[in-house]
Amino acid sequence: MRLTRQDIEGVAHLSRLELSEEEMEKLTGHINRLLENFEELQELDTDDIEPTSHVIPVYNVFREDKSRPSLPPEEVVANGPQVDGACFVVPRVVET
Amino acid sequence: MNRDIYPLFPIPCSLTMIEYEPVIGMEVHVELQTESKMFCGCKVDFGGDPNTRCCPVCLGLPGSLPVVNGRAIEYMAKAAIALDCSITPQSIFHRKNYYYPDLPKNYQISQYDNPLGVDGYVEITVGGITKKIAVRRVHMEEDTGKLIHVEGNFSHVDYNRSGVPLMEIVTMNPPPPGYDQIQSADEAREYLQRLRQILLYLGVSDCKMEEGSMRCEPNISIRPKGQEKFGTKTEIKNLNSFRSVYLGVEYELKRQEKLLREGGTVVQETRRWDDSRGMTASMRTKEVEQEYRYFPEPDLVPMRFESDWIENLRSSLPELPMAKRDRFISQYGIAEVDAEVLVDSLDLANLFDNTAKHTKDPKAVANWITGEFLRLINATGTAISDTKLTSKHICGMIDIIENGTINRNIAKTVFEDMFNTGKQADQIVEEKGLKQVTDTGAIEAAVDKVIADCPNEVERFKAGEERLVGFFVGKVMKETQGKANPGVVNKLLKEKLG
Amino acid sequence: MADRLFELTTHELHDLLKSKQVSAVEVAQNFIERIDAVDGKVRSFVTTTPELALEQAKAIDEAIAKGEKLGALAGIPGAIKDNMNTRGILTTCSSKILYNYKPVYDATVVQKLGEAGALTVGKTNLDEFAMGSSCENSGFFPTHNPWNLDKVPGGSSGGSAAAVAADECAFSLGSDTGGSIRQPASFCGVVGLKPTYGRVSRYGLIAFASSLDQIGPITKDVTDSALVFNAIAGKDPCDTTSLDIETPDFTKALRDDVKGLKIGVPKEFYGQGTDPDVEKAVKDVINMLAGLGAEYKEISMSSVNYGLPVYYIIAPAECSSNLARFDGVRYGLRSKGSTDTIAMYEKTREEGFGAEVKQRIMIGTYALSAGYYDAYYLKAQKVRTMLRMDFEKAFEEFDVIITPTSPSVAFGIGALADDPYAMKLADVCTIPANLAGIPAISIPCGFKNGLPIGLQIIAKGLDEETLFRVAYTIEQHTQWHKKKPNL
Repeated sequence: MRLTRQDIEGVAHLSRLELSEEEMEKLTGHINRLLENFEELQELDTDDIEPTSHVIPVYNVFREDKSRPSLPPEEVVANGPQVDGACFVVPRVVET
Repeated sequence: MNRDIYPLFPIPCSLTMIEYEPVIGMEVHVELQTESKMFCGCKVDFGGDPNTRCCPVCLGLPGSLPVVNGRAIEYMAKAAIALDCSITPQSIFHRKNYYYPDLPKNYQISQYDNPLGVDGYVEITVGGITKKIAVRRVHMEEDTGKLIHVEGNFSHVDYNRSGVPLMEIVTMNPPPPGYDQIQSADEAREYLQRLRQILLYLGVSDCKMEEGSMRCEPNISIRPKGQEKFGTKTEIKNLNSFRSVYLGVEYELKRQEKLLREGGTVVQETRRWDDSRGMTASMRTKEVEQEYRYFPEPDLVPMRFESDWIENLRSSLPELPMAKRDRFISQYGIAEVDAEVLVDSLDLANLFDNTAKHTKDPKAVANWITGEFLRLINATGTAISDTKLTSKHICGMIDIIENGTINRNIAKTVFEDMFNTGKQADQIVEEKGLKQVTDTGAIEAAVDKVIADCPNEVERFKAGEERLVGFFVGKVMKETQGKANPGVVNKLLKEKLG
Repeated sequence: MADRLFELTTHELHDLLKSKQVSAVEVAQNFIERIDAVDGKVRSFVTTTPELALEQAKAIDEAIAKGEKLGALAGIPGAIKDNMNTRGILTTCSSKILYNYKPVYDATVVQKLGEAGALTVGKTNLDEFAMGSSCENSGFFPTHNPWNLDKVPGGSSGGSAAAVAADECAFSLGSDTGGSIRQPASFCGVVGLKPTYGRVSRYGLIAFASSLDQIGPITKDVTDSALVFNAIAGKDPCDTTSLDIETPDFTKALRDDVKGLKIGVPKEFYGQGTDPDVEKAVKDVINMLAGLGAEYKEISMSSVNYGLPVYYIIAPAECSSNLARFDGVRYGLRSKGSTDTIAMYEKTREEGFGAEVKQRIMIGTYALSAGYYDAYYLKAQKVRTMLRMDFEKAFEEFDVIITPTSPSVAFGIGALADDPYAMKLADVCTIPANLAGIPAISIPCGFKNGLPIGLQIIAKGLDEETLFRVAYTIEQHTQWHKKKPNL
């Protein structure tokens, strides 16, 4: 599997990265080199193998349904790049 | 040329006769009524100042980690069991990745290929026909924050709702054998109402559509009857009441049918219901991004549900609406239509159940509750749970009707008084002197007076205008302040007027 | 003595504080001066916090004056990798996207260090978001290896390892996703522990790859490693992947005793691509252990060969999702002038992330996309299972596995910049322990051309005690850990 320039553009958009022309070129090369290295996995027979998502044999870790104090609103927005009162501000979003 | 008579293009008969069949899928989101959020300790509430119920976890601050609220899982498992779903023995959370400013991590913790509950149904009855609407899955996720559109080129973001436990219930189209799918606006509304009723009985959500704690996004398509392949579907958003669900689905079905009949095609899209204009309109969706890149949430360990736990939950479930309705019919012998009304809310059903148990006349209890009681509830805008009226009140009133202390007309006044003041019926009768007059002498005097006062009506009555008897009864009742025993009045009137 | 306190280990400083030969303020002052003197050359720190350290030291001195019992880390200057949240103190992940980020909460490990009385002297540099093996990928500046300033300190916890090696702190915390504690510890000649997955809470560690990340100590010797580990290990209700088990006192495992110890030596960790001098240094130690009563055997663990591709699928996949939140809405950098959110996201992330981070986000996004999920992500997860099973099998027979920590000693700054895959090979020996979730420690075992060589000991899950015992024994019979770079 080799990624084309167009594939890379699609992945960049999904990743929300506006890549420069130069980066796009460089990444296409690097990513394809990595993908080649991934190919060796295909030689392994893994049909009867369960995938590992978690390495620890732990189940059912739940929290009691108790409320705790929240952050003061001024702390919530303390790091906000653009803030109006206690709200974060973003460029207008077309309703979906 | 009259186009009514001479169509421009004669349409072959067979084409005009194509009958379309709707297929409606329902995706319902319900916020669970837990004390704290799905993955953190912030309070679950509605409204309030922006960003006052937020913490590092529900803001998705770097380094924060989710911890599952055990009660949310229990609530959801209860709901799944109540919908006759099987509980998946091992269930995990997945991340659903997409970018949106109301989603603080830019992924939603949700479930993907092993949801907590699968393969259930919701029973609906429309036009006397009962159907089991197949439910494909019930899964758990977290709610998003809210975007507030302000003046100018900006939106505000409030994360109070972010992380509220959200249950998603999705129907199955096509349904498996023995089950049905939703095929009309009426059924869509009924499905939603039945679902709401069950969830309210379980006490897992307040299911307020207007506050968004119950949200519904139907997807709608039509296909020529008999065709197996589904037509192109559209999804409707912004349905904030049962009424708008009905109207929105109805509108969309008609729009699609008209489109197809005119030779057009349905475009797969999301359409927004505009309540004030009574129509759906295409949303200017920038792009449909269905590439969610689901993968198992590494921050949360898997959940395992032992059958003991599931059975314990099952046996802890309250009697559900349909079971209750059937029991009311068989145990108390009341009419199905009354039973339906009574089980509509748990409070109403409990009021009836507790009252009917203690009387010899459950039908009368059903009549009083579905009639006077609901009239007063609606007229005063009182919540059933807030009324002063208890089963003891109704029992007491039915007793004194039966033993002839008051008649049915007076009883209405007494009922309203009980409703307003919380006093018992006998006390009201005593205080207001409403005891029924059965003394023939007193009633006779009143009858005589009415006959003497109304010579014209007497003459007309005697000339054959028999319906005037009601007029005389009314007059006598007025003379006795409504307390006369109606039987005695009728008997005396008959005698005196010959 | 008092003017070179910074050369001491944590336990040596503790003894001086306890016997009131020095005050915590003196200790703090001494380290602050050391940082001032050498950090211009080494550049271990993104942020230094001298005022905070002195303030904490004063509180410790008051406690000492009152005769309160002194915790093992009380008054000891530590440094924290800049991907762990410190309330009110810049936490950047060495990324421009978080250039101004001051967290509103402390990571659990930071809280625990605070409770133990440790002093915070600063936040250390790393490869941006912990992605890299050289510290050259820092969004701000590279850190230099204290043993040779032209060489890299390793990564991603390069700042944490260099700070300890340069005596800018007595200990530091690093995070290890594929070797990010052990490999820089090896390059800098210090001790680095990657605990069992779940031993240490990840709450407040800015995630790179959640199923692999683990925080651990970087120290001047094995005793210090056990002391710091004691302080940070344990169940945290805020991290459901932290294990609900007793934390033993790990200093009890510090025994000079390897009699009967069974050592596995898997050939896959040696040979091809490994510097022969590195291999020789490691094997010398294994022979030394044999002389002390241990037994060793060469074995084969074929799945280890697939560690690198598995890692470079799983870690980027998780990272592509973990790093999605850096979008300019709630914190950090926001690119100016965008009139719609998508453009704002794309520009912010383009400006804020460096090349390595972008590349991994891209790889991960691709590996998780519909149509490729099974071929890449799912496949990698399955091979991960095979690798775990291989380790389980090996540990039925052996107590520990010993390997080089890195196939080479520290390389030159800029030397591998154009060969991303060669750089990734630096992690080939360390990645398997992360994939299997098991503990591993790197300790110094020699030098080549004046640069330290590291030896890695791997044990089965939760068996850090054996790691400490073997590492301690090696330390008792060698002098490598006592050597200091010339700065």
